[in-house]
Amino acid sequence: MLDGRGAIQHRAGPRLWLSALWLGLLVVLALGAPWIAPKDPLAQDLMLGRLPPFWIDGAEPGYWLGTDSLGRDVLSRILWGARLALTVALVAGTLTCLIGATLGLMAGFLRGASDLVISRLVDIWMAFPPVLFSILLVAVLGPGLFSIIAAIVLIDWTRFARVVRAEAMTQGAMDYVASAQVAGRGRIGTMALEILPNVLPTIGVLLTLEMGIAVIVEAILSFVNLSISTDAPTWGGMIAEGRTSVHQAWWVLVFPLLALFLTVLSFSQLGEGLKDRFDPVLR
Amino acid sequence: MSYLSIRDLELRLKGGGRLLRRVSLEVARGEVHGLVGESGAGKSMIGKAVLGTLPRSVEIVSGQILLDGTDVLAMHPAARRRLIGATCALIPQDPLTALNPAHRVGPQITDRLVDILRWPRAKAEARARELLAEVQIAEPERVMRSYPHELSGGMRQRILIASAFAAEPKLIVADEPTTALDVTVQKQILKLIKAMQERHGTALLFVTHDLGVVSKICQRLSVLYAGMVVEDTDVRTFFRAPRHPYSRALLAATPKYTDPTHSLTPVPEAVIATVRAEVAEADRRAGA
Ligand SMILES: Nc1ncnc2c1ncn2[C@@H]1O[C@H](COP(=O)(O)OP(=O)(O)OP(=O)(O)O)[C@@H](O)[C@H]1O
Ligand SMILES: [Mg+2]
Repeated sequence: MLDGRGAIQHRAGPRLWLSALWLGLLVVLALGAPWIAPKDPLAQDLMLGRLPPFWIDGAEPGYWLGTDSLGRDVLSRILWGARLALTVALVAGTLTCLIGATLGLMAGFLRGASDLVISRLVDIWMAFPPVLFSILLVAVLGPGLFSIIAAIVLIDWTRFARVVRAEAMTQGAMDYVASAQVAGRGRIGTMALEILPNVLPTIGVLLTLEMGIAVIVEAILSFVNLSISTDAPTWGGMIAEGRTSVHQAWWVLVFPLLALFLTVLSFSQLGEGLKDRFDPVLR
Repeated sequence: MSYLSIRDLELRLKGGGRLLRRVSLEVARGEVHGLVGESGAGKSMIGKAVLGTLPRSVEIVSGQILLDGTDVLAMHPAARRRLIGATCALIPQDPLTALNPAHRVGPQITDRLVDILRWPRAKAEARARELLAEVQIAEPERVMRSYPHELSGGMRQRILIASAFAAEPKLIVADEPTTALDVTVQKQILKLIKAMQERHGTALLFVTHDLGVVSKICQRLSVLYAGMVVEDTDVRTFFRAPRHPYSRALLAATPKYTDPTHSLTPVPEAVIATVRAEVAEADRRAGA
């Protein structure tokens, strides 16, 4: 006796597959960068400066996407940059998610004092403009991977906290929570076993979106030279360099920009795709 | 001796007004006790107080809730939760939100037997199948493997009923268990609850708006107005000769007991004024 809803099948849709494909490829390339990258990403050779990509006259074999003004291989730098971008996405995204979602769940379900404190904290936090805040933070903490991640976590936990809190409140008002309580489940047990599974799809979507945001933030910080050491390959740093010589060597700007764009787009499309896929089943 | 006895229960909103005004009522073993009254009268609050699921904004000012002679309000919260988990159950109002959408149906019935009552899982599963069959669900096995959203409202309410009876509770609180269903399903579900209650000898605290329903399944009833019990009597006496003017007005407002061709008679202003005065008098005495 299935009713209609049980039978609805949701097509994953091309955007879910395409974005998953790009991200999967990127993960493989990033992990394999030491073996895949054709050149040393730091090796400079002023004789080979501003070589164009392979299909343009004057290209050198082996430098597929050309070189920058210092003669460093653009492709190799993008691949090594992907390692940093993905590390930041994964670590910062996960930490932000864990902290924000836990606080949101507590505020939304336990209510009372924890809600008061957490909600007030979120309000205060949200009053700061995020990009400025992150630049300020990294400026204070000093550049480096740790500071980037700390900055992202410190700024973005509120996004999780707010959304998860609202969702946990809605779920907490449902009759199944009362039934669980009558059956003798404690508050923490109810939160972990009854509420959390219902909030998980939302958390998953937020996490994916957050990873995209982390990639952008890392790029912005690298762009303003607040990321890790200046000559290490980062997408943001490459974009900053490429910008200055865009008329002589557009490829130095365009390829990292493209990688950044595709990655951020993929994360957000993956998030949206997952939302479409999971939402109707659980509503 | 009655199984549930509520004595002078007084609830108030934290920092606000009274929600229950010295409510007392008794439910004997195996008896069905109706709670009627208009929306906001405090019917659900009584059920929640018994089951220990009051919202945080509500506080118990005074009174006792005895389950088989033990005052649960005086117990340690953890011990109380265990006692209530073992002896009481809830049939909730809205079958659509009363099953957890994230879990399959089977575990939702069996978990409580396993977690609270420490039954072996196999025994709990056998019990769940037996009960689903008892509430006339055709393929218990398949239903137990389904997610709630794959089942119709009527089926979900049957499952909730099965689940409520699973641990052989002594007392079930049913809070308007049929209001969220269509009329045709309502009748079946009501019959089912009645049949299950009789077969299992469970005491039932039955919250409803509908005096017609009360006449079908209850032995006793309490009429509530603004958190005050205005009449507590057995059903026969109530329908033959309601004592309180508010009860009489409620009865007159129930279509079945007046000429069905007439539209509903609202409770007359004068009657409302009388109960309001009584409530005010009670408040004055409580304040003094
Ligand atoms: N979560 C809550 N917090 C504070 N007050 C509440 C809460 N829930 C209900 N109340 C108030 O308590 C009073 C009694 O509510 P209750 O839910 O017991 O009414 P009811 O008789 O069950 O009504 P209904 O027939 O509409 O279900 C109402 O005045 C209501 O406004
Ligand atoms: Mg109610």
